[in-house]
Amino acid sequence: MYTGNNILIKNGRLIDPANNVDQICDLFIKDGYVSEIGQLDNDCDHVIDATGKIISPGLIDVHVHFREPGDEEEETIASGSMAAVAGGFTSVVCMPNTKPAVDDATSIEFVHRMARQARKTFVYVMGAITQGRKGTDLAEMGLMQKAGAVGFTDDGAGIQDASIMTRALKYASMLDTVVSQHCQDLSLGSSGVMNSGYNSTVLGLPGMDPLAEEMMLWRDIQLVKRIGVRYHAQHISTAGSVKIIREAKQQGVPVTCEVSPHHLLLTDDCIYEYDTNYKVNPPLRTKADIAALREAIKEGVIDCLATDHAPHLKSEKELEFLAAPFGIASLECALSLYVKALIEPGIIDWPQLLALMTHKPASIIRIEKGTLAKGSIGDVTIIDPDAEYTINAEKFYSKSRNCPYHNWNVRAKVERTIVAGEVRYSAD
Amino acid sequence: MIRSSNKFKWRHKHLLGLRELTREELEFILDTAEGFENISTRSVKKAPPLRGKVVVNLFFEDSTRTRISFGLAASRLSADVVEFTKKSSSVSKGETLIDTARNLEAMGIDTIVLRHGAGGAARLLSRSIDACVVNAGDGFNEHPTQALLDVYTIRKHRGSLDGLKIAIVGDISHSRVARSNIWAMTKLGAEVILVGPPTLMPSKVNDLPVTVSYDMDEVIEKVDVINMLRIQFERMGGNLFPTIREYARFFSLTVDRMARAKSDLIVMHPGPINRGVEIESEVADGNNSVILQQVSNGLAVRMAVLYLVNQAAANKAKGK
Repeated sequence: MYTGNNILIKNGRLIDPANNVDQICDLFIKDGYVSEIGQLDNDCDHVIDATGKIISPGLIDVHVHFREPGDEEEETIASGSMAAVAGGFTSVVCMPNTKPAVDDATSIEFVHRMARQARKTFVYVMGAITQGRKGTDLAEMGLMQKAGAVGFTDDGAGIQDASIMTRALKYASMLDTVVSQHCQDLSLGSSGVMNSGYNSTVLGLPGMDPLAEEMMLWRDIQLVKRIGVRYHAQHISTAGSVKIIREAKQQGVPVTCEVSPHHLLLTDDCIYEYDTNYKVNPPLRTKADIAALREAIKEGVIDCLATDHAPHLKSEKELEFLAAPFGIASLECALSLYVKALIEPGIIDWPQLLALMTHKPASIIRIEKGTLAKGSIGDVTIIDPDAEYTINAEKFYSKSRNCPYHNWNVRAKVERTIVAGEVRYSAD
Repeated sequence: MIRSSNKFKWRHKHLLGLRELTREELEFILDTAEGFENISTRSVKKAPPLRGKVVVNLFFEDSTRTRISFGLAASRLSADVVEFTKKSSSVSKGETLIDTARNLEAMGIDTIVLRHGAGGAARLLSRSIDACVVNAGDGFNEHPTQALLDVYTIRKHRGSLDGLKIAIVGDISHSRVARSNIWAMTKLGAEVILVGPPTLMPSKVNDLPVTVSYDMDEVIEKVDVINMLRIQFERMGGNLFPTIREYARFFSLTVDRMARAKSDLIVMHPGPINRGVEIESEVADGNNSVILQQVSNGLAVRMAVLYLVNQAAANKAKGK
């Protein structure tokens, strides 16, 4: 693995959506930063031939779970970081729903320290909005921000109490940070394990009403309108949510949102055999919801593509559907999944896809990344867009295997991931 | 004597639910049950088909009649029966359902009869062990042998379910009995009407092969069979309907309502009955009631199921 200072990437299709660049050229990274773009012939001891490949800014995922502290047997910051670079991600944002929750400055610093030791991808972290993610008392958001938190969320549980949410949004407006929400009103069915609908009725499993997501989203947007603070809706999953976000954006509300690969590819029909690999929160919805989400991506209503990488032990996923935890591990195949969901059906093209995975997520958490402009950090993902392969969850760098895409045939392989000018992953 | 055994071969070593069975398969179970019915009336109530086999009653939820019925059915077929009741779900004690089952299997058991609070638990088990799995009720999903004994009872009275109108009344949403009944009854040619307040109906209920009514008075006059589900008082905390009194006024099977029903209406109930709530005592004990016959028929049906799954397992083993 090359860890020197200078890399010359030759003859690739360089796509830098932030600067509207899409051309065959070379890229020179010097001392960890983008130094030159063009037809280059620099003297360099490490040259990568990228003929036929895409040279993209390093991918950015604003929603991952690395389970440390607390559930290190499922994932650690080190194993998650390795999974990230194998998936082409040079920056990820960890969610604070660990045990204990990341709800103070010390725990923010802990995540950063473990990430530095792992030395794979850049790891950012969001702090909890409330102490212990209990939804009652505000956590020390200001101190966490000073320690490096890039936003705040009680991820895994939306803030149920509207007055607490109002306080959180007001306080966040002082900090000029983003409040990120897992939208789910638990008063509308807290015991649900899958989408509420025909399939939940037939399978006899308690359902999660799409309205539970939409009601909280709508409520939050009304609060955001009044307070004026950046708000990010995580992993939206329903056609109704798309409509709410679209209207809010038309009204100029500072709202952004993300989707996860499974909500673009899988429906609740998949749960027919009670396979817990399909148990995820928010739940898999219907074909109509997938169509609405894909359309929203085409229109630009969706701001970024995340993974919601949520690793779990096989032994936990082998439980009864009611008892198994929610989550899909998908960091290492996410790019291919997005290609399958969005590029192959002709919904968007490569520059649009990469925009949703680079500078757009960067702008949500306000980090200066996701571009290959001269002087930018040398975070680069080299992709072979035509390479076909079969997803093999058994070979994941992630510690977990809870992946419903095992054995899927997909396209677009991450060849190399370069972080701050160092090759940190190579498919060879 | 097993009727029509030469025209059809049973292939399933598990009985997980009725949704996946064909009409032919359902009828085959019922035909097989007929052959077993007379064992219960003999002086020696035992036949040898499962001699040397071990059946485990693995019950994670309270049950009296289903557990005893399966136990008796197994012993009448000469199997050894092991009772394993555990109040809590497997997870709360640390050991998983699969671990529990694999331990039992390591002791050489042949069939697990599983009652569990989680929908899909029987299917999970069937994927993880070699023994036969019979679902004795899993969460809100299915209770296949209850529905089989229901349709068996109806068939005995009417010869066939074709063209019959059957009402299932009560908490459809949380009822595994209703779900299994819907599949069995409609596949056997009956028309099913679900009756109850909207708060007790599952979502997208109209996508099921049924019609829905909120009006017991309208339904009572046109049905041939009425299956009254138990009101589950434990769910009353959830305020699924205002009061028991109001529920009874709208949906109870009363003597007054029976007066407007067809004279040969078959009245069913999976038990246990809340007398005076979902059904008045005079109706439950009346001439139209087949509630106790359902219980008797349950034995024959469960004998048939245990016999068939074990046969399928033996055939599969031979095939190997």
